Amino acid sequence: MAFSNSTTDTFVTSRLLAEDITLAYDGRVVASNLSVAIPDRSFSAIIGPNASGKSTLLRALSRLLRPESGSVYLDGKRIWELRARDVAKILGLLPQSAIAPDAITVFDLVSRGRYPHQGLFRQWSEDDEAAVFSALDATKTTGLAGRCMDELSGGQRQRVWLAMVLAQETSLLLLDEPTTYLDIAYQIELLELLAELNAGGRTVVAVLHDLNHACRFASHVIAMKGGAIVAEGKPAEIITEELVEDVFGLPSIIIPDPVAGTPMIVPKQKKVPATGEVACQAQPSRASRPDLTAASRLNGLSSSRIPRKPHQG
Amino acid sequence: MSWHSISLRPVPFSPGSYVLRIGRWSLRFDARLIGHTLLLLAMALTVGILSLKSGARPFTFAEITEAIFIDAPRRLHLPIIEWRMPRVVLALLAGSSLGMAGAIFQSVSRNSLASPDILGFSTGAATGALFVILLGTGGYYERAGAALLGGGMTAAVTYMLAWKGGIQGVRLVLVGIGISSMLTSLNAWLILKTDLRLAIQAAVWQVGSLNTVNWRQVQHLGSALSFIVPCTFLLGRAMRQLEIGEDLARSQGLRSEYVRASLLASGIALTAATTAIVGPIAFVALSAPQLALRFLRLPGLRLAPSAAMGALLLVSGDWFAQHLFAPRLIPVGIVTICIGGAYLVWLLAGEKRRKQS
Repeated sequence: MAFSNSTTDTFVTSRLLAEDITLAYDGRVVASNLSVAIPDRSFSAIIGPNASGKSTLLRALSRLLRPESGSVYLDGKRIWELRARDVAKILGLLPQSAIAPDAITVFDLVSRGRYPHQGLFRQWSEDDEAAVFSALDATKTTGLAGRCMDELSGGQRQRVWLAMVLAQETSLLLLDEPTTYLDIAYQIELLELLAELNAGGRTVVAVLHDLNHACRFASHVIAMKGGAIVAEGKPAEIITEELVEDVFGLPSIIIPDPVAGTPMIVPKQKKVPATGEVACQAQPSRASRPDLTAASRLNGLSSSRIPRKPHQG
Repeated sequence: MSWHSISLRPVPFSPGSYVLRIGRWSLRFDARLIGHTLLLLAMALTVGILSLKSGARPFTFAEITEAIFIDAPRRLHLPIIEWRMPRVVLALLAGSSLGMAGAIFQSVSRNSLASPDILGFSTGAATGALFVILLGTGGYYERAGAALLGGGMTAAVTYMLAWKGGIQGVRLVLVGIGISSMLTSLNAWLILKTDLRLAIQAAVWQVGSLNTVNWRQVQHLGSALSFIVPCTFLLGRAMRQLEIGEDLARSQGLRSEYVRASLLASGIALTAATTAIVGPIAFVALSAPQLALRFLRLPGLRLAPSAAMGALLLVSGDWFAQHLFAPRLIPVGIVTICIGGAYLVWLLAGEKRRKQS
């Protein structure tokens, strides 16, 4: 199925697209009449404030959430009419809240990514083994293969999860906030890895919290607000001071990133509220995380790092 | 397909794990897991043989071998083969069945407290079976059917009440405990309302007892399990895949609603088939999977070792039930409640320690 991209004049094809979908949780509508196309071979970043429907859209695109109306199409077919197993061979997802079972080894966990390729009499083929090794290699986790997940650092763990999805050998890769809970060095490392995978031919779609990261690494940005898509296109073309003000309610100036030349958002000092609390200095607790102010959300360096969810068990 | 290419290789970075490839078919198995399961079974069998040996009239190994393998005289055959053996075999079968059921419930709910006894499914199955017992009619299959109905209905109600945009472990357990208590009082009321003879029979059965056992009952449970257990093992792979989380498993092509429903159905069937004969024996289903998990250092709950551990627990519990206050017999359910209670305290204390650290 072909889609013309409004921001560029070239003709772009999309294997994955949503047409006029309405998404709801327990009858509560989160997004209505949404249409979006993921350009093939793009690194698409979905951005927007909390509760703008980013993750919900990602769930719908990955066949986890069935739209109330409208359809998601994969390779021109309605995704809900395809078998889950067939979808899983084309599209891989890394959800945000991945929790490893107790005492599982890295190799075992990455092997689980082979599930859609396996069966009752095809439990561990040579292809399975090769795919797992190449996924470990791509994420530079081969050296960790025999270790237990609970011995690893947050950054290592996230790379292992990514390896698991890579072992699935899908040409589309969807990730929900893959950099959350990682420190800045690991964030950049992971994004560079995603960019590398994208350069290798995979289509990558990631929900990203950090606008500057999205601008630097993504080739296509989808900006959401209140369950609607307000802008999409190349970061250099759509990220403007007006858009940031509109989507995040944050006054800012945009300057070229001194390293990559991509747009870089520098928040303007917000009026100091009467309580005297400056957004960037606030140390939000986990519980108050949704109330993180726009300023700290935008600035990856200063937003406080919250440790990854504790291991189950 | 070429049948010439047969190979047996270890799976990398997975000690004890091997893959057998025949053409494009491949079977993966964990030799360590199989070994551990066999070890547990061997221990259970050893306790079983000790059980055959000891009693009001102790026997020697020679006498037992004679009774089992040779056409023994009646003075050996009757006590060993007709009286003691069905009890041991039933303990082994019921224990494995309960251990397996526990592994299923704990794996599906990702909660180490979720088991048919805690969630009230056993009590519900008991309510169903009690109806049949107290009517004074109906054999095993009526009883098992009613137990299945009772357990299934309890499960449905528990899930409905615990549902809040998904199932949360703690909520499920709390609702289960509540429902379980209500059903326990219902069961007590049912017993109070009937005539003394049936009531005594039902009351003994209700604690979970192996004191009145014969080969017929072993046969009934055996035939029920010979159907349910293979079906459950077929779901094992999907159960392991669910360990990595609902969303991930689904995105990898697992039909999670279907898998979960099938797993719960076999868990309830295992519980019902067992409860209908031995009554609601507590804590075996709760503790066996966790003990297997901890002692064997497994990455997740596994069906086979949980079943073997359940067999070991119940057959040992029954040995204590027979000999702790000999010559007075106590129901094995009392023993498992005591063992299980201690285990539960240990488990909760462990959770608390972990939360604090």
